[in-house]
Amino acid sequence: MGNEQDALNLVNEQVEYKWVGTRPIRPDGADKVTGRATFGADIDLPGMLTGVVIRSPHAHARIISIDTSAAAALPGVLGIVTGADLPELPNEIAAGGEAPINFRSVSENAIARRKALYDGHAVAAVAATSVEIAHEAAALIKVNYEVLPHVINVLDAMAEDAPVLHDDLITKGLEPAPTKASNIAGKVEFAMGDIEKGFAESDVIIERSYTTEAVHQGYIEPHAVVASVAADGMVNIWCSSQGQFMVREFCAKLLGMDIGRIRVTPAEIGGGFGGKTTVYLEPLAVVLAQKSGRPVRMVMTRGEVMRATGPTSGTHVHVKLGAKRDGTFVAGEMVLKYQAGAYPGSPAFLGGMTGFSCYELPNAKAVCWDVVSNRPKCAAYRAPGAPMASFGVESAIDELAQTLGMDPLELRLKNAAKEGTATIYGPKFLKIGYLETLLAAKAHPHWSAPLGPNQGRGIASGFWFNVGGPSSASVHVNEDGSVSVVTGNPDIGGSRASMAIMAAEVLGMDLSKVKPLIGDTGQIAYSFLTGGSRVTFATGMAVCDAAKDVVRQLRTRAAKMWKVTPEDVEWRDGSAFCTKVEEGKERAPLTLAAIAHGAARTGGPISGNVSINAAGAGPGFGTHICDVEVDPETGATRVIRYTAIQDVGRAIHPSYVEGQLQGGAVQGIGWALNEEYVYDANGRLQNTGFLDYRMPVASDLPMIDTVLVEVPNPGHPYGVRGVGEVPIVPPLAAVANAVSHAVGLRLTSLPISPPKLLAAIDGAKAAG
Amino acid sequence: MATVILQTEFARRYTGGQTRLTVAATDYSALIETLEARFPGFEESLQGGMAVAIDGEIYQSPLLEKIGAESEVHFLPPIGGG
Amino acid sequence: MAKHHVTTTVNREPVELLCDPSATLLDVLRDELGLIGSKEGCGSGDCGACSVLMDGRLVCACLVLAAEATGHEITTIEGIADGNKLHTLQQQFLEDAALQCGICTPGFIVAAKALLDRNPDPTETEVRFWLAGNLCRCTGYDKIVRAVMNAAAKMREEAVHG
Repeated sequence: MGNEQDALNLVNEQVEYKWVGTRPIRPDGADKVTGRATFGADIDLPGMLTGVVIRSPHAHARIISIDTSAAAALPGVLGIVTGADLPELPNEIAAGGEAPINFRSVSENAIARRKALYDGHAVAAVAATSVEIAHEAAALIKVNYEVLPHVINVLDAMAEDAPVLHDDLITKGLEPAPTKASNIAGKVEFAMGDIEKGFAESDVIIERSYTTEAVHQGYIEPHAVVASVAADGMVNIWCSSQGQFMVREFCAKLLGMDIGRIRVTPAEIGGGFGGKTTVYLEPLAVVLAQKSGRPVRMVMTRGEVMRATGPTSGTHVHVKLGAKRDGTFVAGEMVLKYQAGAYPGSPAFLGGMTGFSCYELPNAKAVCWDVVSNRPKCAAYRAPGAPMASFGVESAIDELAQTLGMDPLELRLKNAAKEGTATIYGPKFLKIGYLETLLAAKAHPHWSAPLGPNQGRGIASGFWFNVGGPSSASVHVNEDGSVSVVTGNPDIGGSRASMAIMAAEVLGMDLSKVKPLIGDTGQIAYSFLTGGSRVTFATGMAVCDAAKDVVRQLRTRAAKMWKVTPEDVEWRDGSAFCTKVEEGKERAPLTLAAIAHGAARTGGPISGNVSINAAGAGPGFGTHICDVEVDPETGATRVIRYTAIQDVGRAIHPSYVEGQLQGGAVQGIGWALNEEYVYDANGRLQNTGFLDYRMPVASDLPMIDTVLVEVPNPGHPYGVRGVGEVPIVPPLAAVANAVSHAVGLRLTSLPISPPKLLAAIDGAKAAG
Repeated sequence: MATVILQTEFARRYTGGQTRLTVAATDYSALIETLEARFPGFEESLQGGMAVAIDGEIYQSPLLEKIGAESEVHFLPPIGGG
Repeated sequence: MAKHHVTTTVNREPVELLCDPSATLLDVLRDELGLIGSKEGCGSGDCGACSVLMDGRLVCACLVLAAEATGHEITTIEGIADGNKLHTLQQQFLEDAALQCGICTPGFIVAAKALLDRNPDPTETEVRFWLAGNLCRCTGYDKIVRAVMNAAAKMREEAVHG
């Protein structure tokens, strides 16, 4: 088959490196296994106050008044903040980092103004000398609410007679523009070819609606911040986030301050997955610190995390897929309706852009609806928007394979996107490795292993663009020839290790002499946040460039020491070699340490500083195989075997790359089987703790086997592709397809919780 | 001449429905100037932070990216991540 | 409110302190003793990030009142290594890359130690069920379970050969 041949040519491009591809112990490891690493809630300053947030108990309510007088009179209360303390911002989409953001929404989400829009919406906060006094004061703050009708679910929110959250929200993307406000924030369409013609030419059409529930990123570390304001107004913030520069910029915008008056020091971050790409507590802590003149620490409870941060959208996705009798895809259509939460900005458009992108599909259309309702504003979650769309498409493909009597893997192979395939969002793919993941799946023993009774096997694939963007790196050569690598991206999953490995590889030096560090906003130039699977790619590229600049300088310095030109100096294995042969002159190689030691005499310290806007992030593709066993008596599903295969470009530290695949797969398994936001009739979240919001635990799971396919990305010096996003995309359909085969019923609604599955099994039995 | 390919919806609003345009420009900035001259308001339509793909490579903050005679140019929403 | 007087032993050192009667052991460890390695992920005993040993028994420090620590021996993550010599479990977590963000790691190591103290040769299933009270959102548990199994094997080896 032509496709298979193409693929084999690609994977032969292997180069051996000294450090890239090895598995050293991570540089920050010792502190993390001994409890010494400092996370957000671990920061402690002298005289520090405790801040707590007062939150709306109502899903939708007008805030008539807030009386803080009793709380303010309580001894030990040193500061209170309400929405009135933050400036009103224009209702506009502004440049924010790289992504356009409506900062008015961010501000109102951090603290409500005229209305509380969801259960848990912050309405005030108080700082006191002890946590007990802070809670006592919080109870004394009297908020007078006028409770309004609310709406929770996306289809209900789109109804003509739904309670409207924002009286100025006019749907974007409709012609002509509506004259009346609604909960429909926007519509975006992507299309290529002619779907009507495509469906007319199709021999088989699968058409179904799929639903997913809102799920939380589920990081184990609750949001935490310490803010301190000096007498001259300078603000210092220490917090756990996915980007210290993001926190600085967002706080400056929300507080009407100059960026230069805020310094943000990143704490270690206890998981983010996209959920820590915005601010919640930070601006409130700054105002409380300003008012009290004391440092203020605020830490969310788990209940606050669940009620007021994250999650990602619950969705309703309609998919129509048409194919020829031989399995060739002809046309695909998706209508995606995504919950944005209380403010516009769901990742519906990203679902529309990604859902079909694993395949050659000449005629395709995606209509994406962004809908607000009385839920917490959604935040990014790993490959935002993609898993839900992919769940629909990959389920439809599985059903198409059943209908055609084809192997679902062969059907995917036949239609797989490759270099030159056009995407629904426009551009054609450059070098990608999707086919290679399918071939690896086909060759994997898992795919052909026998199954027992009540067991089923599912396969599904997934795609994510990956991004680059602005990143900075400094590589400093120390006096003894050791090296410091400073970057501006919090290390969520081992990125310090990959930065050190790349620097050591470029410099040809001993890895143990490279120390990676993460700078605060005053110590390193701007870097876009840790997210979108960009750090090892983009910041890694900045590190490589900075290290290359250091090599150039080292050659120049060696040339001075030898009185030759830099062109006469070659750098290899961490030393300078003189290539100029002169009679009577023995020039022994100069080590990095020797050059560093004499640096003052050759021009001063040696340091490379690079800032880039990285382009060329190679798209990522993954294919997952899942086996489940269903207990037909209870409807409980158990994942009994799981294999995650992904084109990772090149794994800098393979253990942490495998870890990304394993962690993403398990988050997807939780999404598919257990996790969901449950609201009562009053719009109050019912499962605000880990007992009821059931994330996978160790005893739920088998080992997660991984296969790292390496189709190097030509846009990165070592071929890196981002890896963190892709692995959460395939599991939803991989699990659902497996369950569907185990029970002989098509499951289209997640999570496939035991009661839901049991009802489906019983329903099918009753129907005969 | 580079080819600019627009989504139908975008074209309906800004180019009178034309989805394929040929433009003589050697870099992104010149391309936008040409399109603005032809379709006033085009440049403003990108202010929301649209990204551009030139021959399959996505640029999130484009300015002087090279455009070849045979290049294919697409506009797309900016992509973030989790 | 009158403070409660607590006399206890933490990581083999005698400790005496005054605390609010409602203070949890976790509050006291973190805020009074500066032992920040025990983390609060939920405050309800569901995540295990605050796992500590009380007379060798695995408990969630967020579910124990500080007052209850009187007369007991508490071991936290800070007491697992021997000075700067890492415990075999800690070393194995590093070698097997059994952590990503690291917030759950102290709890897992303390919980795993409690398991291996009781059962030096656990099966994978036993490890998985013992660690079911500890949540990790980054790793999918694969590398954690492997690290515990590998550490157990090394500790059995060390026990035989000294």
